[in-house]
Amino acid sequence: MATIELQKVEKKFGANHAVKPMDLTIADGEFVCLLGPSGCGKTTTLRMISGLEAVTAGKILLNGKNVTWSHPSERDIAFVFQFYALYPHLNVYDNIAFPLRAEGEKKEAVESRVNEVVDILRIEHLLKTKPGKLSGGDKQRVALARALVRRPAAFLMDEPLGALDAELREAMRAEIKQLHVAQNATTVYVTHDQVEAMALGDRIVVMSDAVVQQIGTPAEVYYDPANLFVANFIGSPGMNLIAGKLHDGRVQVAGGVDTIPVPVGYRNTLPAALNGAGDVTIGFRPESAILADDGDIAGEIYAVDMHGSYKLLHINIGNGATSGIVHVRADRMVTFPIGSAVRFSIDPKMMRFFDPQSKQAIQQEVTQ
Amino acid sequence: MSDFYETGPSKPVTESIRVDKVSPKARRMHNIRAIVVVILAILMLIPILVMTQTAFKTRADVVSVPPTIVFKPSLEGFVFLFTERAIAPPGRIKALQEAAETGDLSLFDRVALNSGQEITGLSDYVGRLTNSLIIAGLSTVFAVVLGLFAAYAFSRFPVAGKDDLMFFILSTRMLPAVVVTIPLFIMYRQLGMHDTHIGMILLYTVFNLSLSVWLLKGFIDEIPIEYEEAALVDGYTRMQAFYKIVLPQAITGIAATAVFCLIFAWNEYAFALMLTSDTARTAPPSIATMLGRGGIEWSAIAAGSLGFLIPVAVVVFLLRNYLLRGVTFGAIRQ
Repeated sequence: MATIELQKVEKKFGANHAVKPMDLTIADGEFVCLLGPSGCGKTTTLRMISGLEAVTAGKILLNGKNVTWSHPSERDIAFVFQFYALYPHLNVYDNIAFPLRAEGEKKEAVESRVNEVVDILRIEHLLKTKPGKLSGGDKQRVALARALVRRPAAFLMDEPLGALDAELREAMRAEIKQLHVAQNATTVYVTHDQVEAMALGDRIVVMSDAVVQQIGTPAEVYYDPANLFVANFIGSPGMNLIAGKLHDGRVQVAGGVDTIPVPVGYRNTLPAALNGAGDVTIGFRPESAILADDGDIAGEIYAVDMHGSYKLLHINIGNGATSGIVHVRADRMVTFPIGSAVRFSIDPKMMRFFDPQSKQAIQQEVTQ
Repeated sequence: MSDFYETGPSKPVTESIRVDKVSPKARRMHNIRAIVVVILAILMLIPILVMTQTAFKTRADVVSVPPTIVFKPSLEGFVFLFTERAIAPPGRIKALQEAAETGDLSLFDRVALNSGQEITGLSDYVGRLTNSLIIAGLSTVFAVVLGLFAAYAFSRFPVAGKDDLMFFILSTRMLPAVVVTIPLFIMYRQLGMHDTHIGMILLYTVFNLSLSVWLLKGFIDEIPIEYEEAALVDGYTRMQAFYKIVLPQAITGIAATAVFCLIFAWNEYAFALMLTSDTARTAPPSIATMLGRGGIEWSAIAAGSLGFLIPVAVVVFLLRNYLLRGVTFGAIRQ
């Protein structure tokens, strides 16, 4: 298995940056998800690691060895494509054996190795079938088997579950995770689905507009987003972001009279970061809001979504600076008539602050 | 009829069919259309039938008015086709007639007696047919192989001025081919390529290349590039990926293209007439100019055309499934 290191890797198509210079170090056995909206450069990054796309500048190290200009076949990586790219004229067995035959393996060695991975993925019954006759999930398993068979140094997966329906996606996601745990293979996984990234990744690389926005564990990108983009992109719905103004140790929600005390961790850093201007963006997750009659913020029920185990309230807080709608999680048993007034507070430990100018998060003091 | 719209079809529908095609009226229309198609097909096959009949007719049957439908088949036409003959001297005829009375005549003798011609040797028909096979076969191979590489390059690589080049390739087909026969004739004479196999193979290859590049590019465009990329990361070189992945998937397209190229080269008449005279002369001009010793030998011409038809008919029959895909290419996914 292997480490992957990107040093100032960048890619330009003509004058446009597809990927702006990025640094990334992936540890041996780590599962890293490249996450971002379409066109953010995540697939280009993956293709550069594989060698299917030449870098404009920078270096790619695989196991400490510079492979920036090596042929894809010399990199010892396996690539799983979004639409599987199973060779339609070969049956499942030959598809899986294909990478081994490139290495000129003996027939018996090929057979035993193929049987091994076929066993892992439980597709013995499909060996004689042509890919055209397989279901989506089986195609995906064959594609994974073909990637596994060579025991590559690293797996690169480009939205491997993108073409599956929702139910199968979850099952395959678990299979991929299980496979990763069992094989402990370094994996780079591209997806635009933040749920998938959160579920699978040891670390998530959030990308947008060709730039890496944040690199962190799922918990880090969820609870401590580095900037407004990550705050909004991660989570469904994303973090609530409301405009506010800081004075006298309290934050006033813009367009209203309600004020919120500044949480302990921000008492010193917040005034320092804002540098006197006072304008600030407050961020909190729907589950961090606590409905209470004496809550700090007042609003009006705009819509209610039933999610099964909880209700998601859309509350209009009449905050002119942002959309004015915040999402709050509520008990599924309680009825909230549309138009009725509610008040809520924000759990101070879960409150985050962003500089509306630079769009960056304001750091907390490290306490204890 | 109103019955149908209330009760539905008498038998349950167990096939994939649009609802408006189930009614008895629609079924009847379907049958009528099928009958019309069969009649049209028969009409189109009449010339072939007449040709086949003529090939087996004697001279008297060929020229009889009205034409005979039922006749005693004869191999006369085929004998004429494969032989050179001269007018038999009267003495020889007489000897044959005497021999005929004793009933001791070979097939050739009988033909000689009937036509008043004596066989002097083999005709050049077999040689011409061989020329056709060599020239059409090799030019097809070259056109398809060169076209395949060109089409692959146009499909996969960022060739500068790709669209203009593709248009230029197509534009070689915009002139009626016959227009360039005289310049070609002069060029070939100067280059010493007149009446050579190489000259004709080169000519047909060049002529077929535009078709082959365009057709094959369409087929290769249909093969997703991910297959090759997968092969590259699986440890193969670009060339190996081409042989192991692209080629097997393009095989239908290659077969269809080959059939089209072969039919063109096989049937080509005008260039062959102008640019060949003997050693490299192909079958089409030689059949058409096959004049006998006493008038036009229609049965021999028909027999020659029949023989000429067989190889290409066999190839088309063998590749018929690919051919169907070739004419509908782009419309159907594999």
